[in-house]
Amino acid sequence: MSDATLEGPVLSADGKPLKQSLNQALRKQKIRALVLIAPLLVFVLVTFVAPIGSMLMRSVQNTAGTDYIPDLMPNVVAAIQAWDPSTGEAPPEEVYRAMAIDMASAFENKTHTQLGRRFNYEAPGISSLFRKSGRPASGWDIETDGPFKEKFLDIDSGWGNVEYWAAIKANSGYYTSSYFLAAFDAQRGVDGISMKEPDQRIYQKLMLRTLGLSLLITFCTLALGYPVAWLLADLPLRTSNLLLILVLLPFWTSLLVRTSAWKILLQEQGVINNFWIALGFTERLSLINNQLGVIIAMTHILLPFMILPLYSVMKTIPPSYLRAAKSLGASNWTAFWRVYFPQTTAGIGAGALLVFILAVGYFITPELVGGADGTFISNRIYFQFAVSGNWGLAAALGTLMLVVILILYYVYDKLVGVDNVKLG
Amino acid sequence: MKLKTTLMATGATLIAAAALAQTNMADSMTVVSWGGAYQNSQVKAYIEPYVANNPGLNVITDESSADAVTKLRAMSEAGNITWDIVDVVAADGLRLCDEGLAMEIDPDTMLADAPDGTPASEDFGNTLVGDCFIPQIVFSTTFGYRTDLLSEAPTTVCDVFDTEKFPGKRSLEKRPIGNLEWALICDGVGIDDVYETLETQEGVDRALAKLDTIKDDVIWWSAGAETPQLLADGEVVMGSTYNGRLFSAIVEQNQPIGMLWDWQMFDLDGWIIPAGLPEDRLARVLDFVKFATDTQRLADQAAYISYGPARASSAPLVGKHAELGVEMAPHMPTDPANAVNTFLFNFEWWASYRDDLDAQFQAWLLQ
Repeated sequence: MSDATLEGPVLSADGKPLKQSLNQALRKQKIRALVLIAPLLVFVLVTFVAPIGSMLMRSVQNTAGTDYIPDLMPNVVAAIQAWDPSTGEAPPEEVYRAMAIDMASAFENKTHTQLGRRFNYEAPGISSLFRKSGRPASGWDIETDGPFKEKFLDIDSGWGNVEYWAAIKANSGYYTSSYFLAAFDAQRGVDGISMKEPDQRIYQKLMLRTLGLSLLITFCTLALGYPVAWLLADLPLRTSNLLLILVLLPFWTSLLVRTSAWKILLQEQGVINNFWIALGFTERLSLINNQLGVIIAMTHILLPFMILPLYSVMKTIPPSYLRAAKSLGASNWTAFWRVYFPQTTAGIGAGALLVFILAVGYFITPELVGGADGTFISNRIYFQFAVSGNWGLAAALGTLMLVVILILYYVYDKLVGVDNVKLG
Repeated sequence: MKLKTTLMATGATLIAAAALAQTNMADSMTVVSWGGAYQNSQVKAYIEPYVANNPGLNVITDESSADAVTKLRAMSEAGNITWDIVDVVAADGLRLCDEGLAMEIDPDTMLADAPDGTPASEDFGNTLVGDCFIPQIVFSTTFGYRTDLLSEAPTTVCDVFDTEKFPGKRSLEKRPIGNLEWALICDGVGIDDVYETLETQEGVDRALAKLDTIKDDVIWWSAGAETPQLLADGEVVMGSTYNGRLFSAIVEQNQPIGMLWDWQMFDLDGWIIPAGLPEDRLARVLDFVKFATDTQRLADQAAYISYGPARASSAPLVGKHAELGVEMAPHMPTDPANAVNTFLFNFEWWASYRDDLDAQFQAWLLQ
């Protein structure tokens, strides 16, 4: 600023204001950078953001197959709005007539059974009504064959069930909250939304268990990994490289192989139990097919994810700091706790975050060694997705999981500061 | 894993090409099944003889049946069905049919009659589940037990619930299907009333209460191979699994395991044809399926694996194991000596109640 005139703006060599020409140059750079990362950006958008976004959208879309419910049964949706389930009486004839029209066209398009499956998530047993009624309804003449209420009741008396109709009415829009209700262990009855019985609230329990066990596993990996990482960082390079191979070797081994190996070690007739009996004990230990098995196996499997970030941080701490602390009169513990440990928090943060987030989403290990009380919420998400085919509920649980993780990440950022995290 | 079996008859290629052109059938077909010994039995009994009759046909085998429903759904949404015929369990067949992903079939025109002229629909009888499913085999989920670790052999399925007389762990499948039925049967409910009982909350509670009595002694399995392994390791003294798995542990591997056929749960496995195949591929598949599900072919399959043919007319033709020379009939779930007390896993009923009961079963497991 010293040699610029005070009145006008600073000018560059070509006479333009400096600010403007700087901006121009920067914009060019920005565009060039954007063009360079564009392929990656497009790739991530197409293969990651779009599919996950559309999957998450399924948690609120009210569809059967690929079509929305109001498009599949427009007449029923229009007719049922006037009916009030809380009266406790089955809907009037107009609704049955509308159902006859929609059922016939659904049968033609082969969507009637899909509709049945959709409503069966809300009202168990309803899918058989749709399956049975499609063919007969397609033969009815809407003008002359009424009244349809009796005709439906002749096919199955379930058509008179108020709860079934209430489920249809509650899920007659383009969007539905029922998947999220189910994910929160709530249900919608004839008299509104209520929580399920405490012993039926599985997702709450699973979510808490998943988070609790993941936290415990994170602590276990930290307790075991910290000394190992320190040792690795402290030893001469040649020895530490050899030891590092021992950390990496299991890391490179297939997850399934390691999980199966733990099965062989921990089972009741397994290596550890046989050793235990050989020591003179008579009772065999239950080490697997329970939570203990999950904790042991997952701690081992996730250990490298803790050791490696710790190691990379510890490697940068000069050993002279500890020596200096001691020479200034600190005890071993004080030197460690006041001087060494604070410098490793970035590594602890990275390792803990990595292990925790990986653990929360773990699926194969809890499935194989978890038994009845060691399964995670991801096992239920898989079940809903692949076995039960309820993609809406799977998406709702997945969204919930994502939100919980983001909240935890936010809290973590406030407490520790993500800037302090060093991944290597 | 895709195993590509290109079987070309040398010299006959030209004639075959002419034949293919004449009948307007695709000259390639993708067959999806479960892999392992089961798929092998299908290759031996159905595919190899069929290719011998149709030289020039290229059969691609795929082992994705376990994910058939999700994969077919994805294929249908993408509008590109790459599979021609898929082997599924009846429950999946019903679901694929429900979702419009499987083609509806007419047994009497599409499938071969029995040798004595009985129409296919009658010969298959009640194994024809839903409108799309073409049954092949009857298998069962039943119990195996360690003959050397138990003081006496269990004789009824209720011995599974008797931990005093038969101490030790048992393995059960980690799902309500089968377990709830067995629990109710052993709690004194007649087989005809089981499903009606399970429709009420009291009935479900009653079944779960019965399972509660052995809950601490149960190891839950989710893959069919687990129980034979747990039995072999002595981890459990008895456990449920598919009868073919137990057959191979007992007969092929000579393990000290016995079969408990009491109240075995029948289940079916068969073909479905994906909906919306192009005309030439459809013609090929229909031709194949008529051949592969005729009386002789279904009986032939039993020479490779201990699953019972779904046709009544195939039963008398079941012979010996192709390699071991063991008479297969006594190992069939459908053998009269084994089928004293049986029930058929009620597909349609479970299709309606599965989601609900599964949630309750999982909640019970978590307690």
